[in-house]
Amino acid sequence: MKAVITVLGKDMVGILARVSSTCADANANVLEVTQSILDEYFAMIMLVDISNLNGSLDDLRANLEKNVSDMQIHVMHEDIFNSMHRI
Amino acid sequence: MWNTKDILETIKMIQDENLDIRTTTMGISLLDCADTDIDKACQKVYDKICKKAENLVSTGEEIEAKYGIPIVNKRISVTPIAMLAGVSGGDVTKYAKALDKAADTVGIDFIGGYSALVHKGFSAGDKELIESIPQALSETNLVCSSINVGSTKAGINMDAVKMMGQQIKKTAEITSDRQCIGAAKLVVFCNAPEDNPFMAGAFHGPGEPDCVINVGVSGPGVVRATLAKMDDTADLNEVANEIKKTAFKITRMGQLVGSEASEKLGVPFGIIDLSLAPTPAIGDSVAQVLEEIGLEQTGACGTTAALAMLNDAVKKGGVMASGNVGGLSGAFIPVTEDAGMIDAAGKGSLTIEKLEAMTSVCSVGLDMIVIPGDTTPEVISALIADEAAIGMINSKTTAVRVIPAIGLKDGEQLDFGGLLGYGPVMKLSTLSPAKMINRGGRIPAPIQSLKN
Repeated sequence: MKAVITVLGKDMVGILARVSSTCADANANVLEVTQSILDEYFAMIMLVDISNLNGSLDDLRANLEKNVSDMQIHVMHEDIFNSMHRI
Repeated sequence: MWNTKDILETIKMIQDENLDIRTTTMGISLLDCADTDIDKACQKVYDKICKKAENLVSTGEEIEAKYGIPIVNKRISVTPIAMLAGVSGGDVTKYAKALDKAADTVGIDFIGGYSALVHKGFSAGDKELIESIPQALSETNLVCSSINVGSTKAGINMDAVKMMGQQIKKTAEITSDRQCIGAAKLVVFCNAPEDNPFMAGAFHGPGEPDCVINVGVSGPGVVRATLAKMDDTADLNEVANEIKKTAFKITRMGQLVGSEASEKLGVPFGIIDLSLAPTPAIGDSVAQVLEEIGLEQTGACGTTAALAMLNDAVKKGGVMASGNVGGLSGAFIPVTEDAGMIDAAGKGSLTIEKLEAMTSVCSVGLDMIVIPGDTTPEVISALIADEAAIGMINSKTTAVRVIPAIGLKDGEQLDFGGLLGYGPVMKLSTLSPAKMINRGGRIPAPIQSLKN
């Protein structure tokens, strides 16, 4: 099972580090990362494997929101993108 | 790897454009709860609902967390209660209280099915249920009531239409200390669908399985945002195409949630109702979609044509995305629930007469319209008859949910709060249709050929 983590907000130092260390703590394996910066607006999309999480997806979201509190974080199961954008 | 644009588009739809799953509605058959002793029947009703829907709310919350999609309401629809009342007799409001208590126990937002299907005539329990509606809706919080008074195959039961004009007025009067809220939970249908997950008209039809999950998706805000990005010179073919694509994506999301809920609850998946259901939130408005297509304000000439195209394109996109599209699928035009409609009604751009024309091409009917408190029951009945006639002749669902604003002066407004919204009192003809309404009887079913 995979989930997509998106992080949106104003660019600053250490976002990627904070997100990936939170993922590591939850035992979520990072598979891919893409990030872009548009007009100082930071958008990162991370695909993580959540098959062996040591907690729930909700816990991971809560920890991300706590550790990266100044950004908008979304953690969503990959199926939603599969169903909406692929026929 | 994922296309970044697709991922960000989904997130934007949810975060900025009010995309949501409006409701997961569990349909529960209560036919096996019928009993000649009304108290025993009520106990069975309460027990069955609590057992079947035990995990409805928690499952909804789990799915919300997994996919990051808000599921705004969790609801239940049940077998029309008149069928149980026909067996038991007695004080029908006891069923309303049992439903309300069960809804409260399982923690849902609304329960629908305080209903009767009387399009051809009354059977045991039907009249008693209709008579009890004002009291039932004033003494409960979560119960919704609907009555089907007409169909294309049966015609219109004008005796029921007459009764419903009176009941709507009484329900508003008896709840006048609470913004006449009772009337907002009461809807009169022609050609009512048996699998609709939306309130106040949801009930679990007698042709449905024992228990089923239906999903209502929404998203006028998403459609509006999509159209806003288009060039003003794009032709209407392109506009319809964009609406279809958006409806497709929204429905796929509903399909995902519905299948997941069905699997987790061990209950068969019924239908997805793809309805553009507006909310009073800014931007989440069907009226603003019509304005984005190119009208100065909803109510202008061209409104009916724009709505017809929108309604049809939504259905086409939805049907492509799911094999189980049903319910009311299309575009709702409830006045008090739609910021753009409220504005147009307040400015006088949108009138009840124009809304009536719009209902011949939208997915339902005259919905959430605040009418003057001194409107006579005969006028309300005649309004119902007009609307039912549009549905009957055009083989579509139509409905009336109007709220007589008891004690309010011209220019004032009712405010229900939440999804039900607020709205100004709209003018309605006061000419008397009393002679026609008092005739009673039935308007015969229409001919299905010689169409013009």
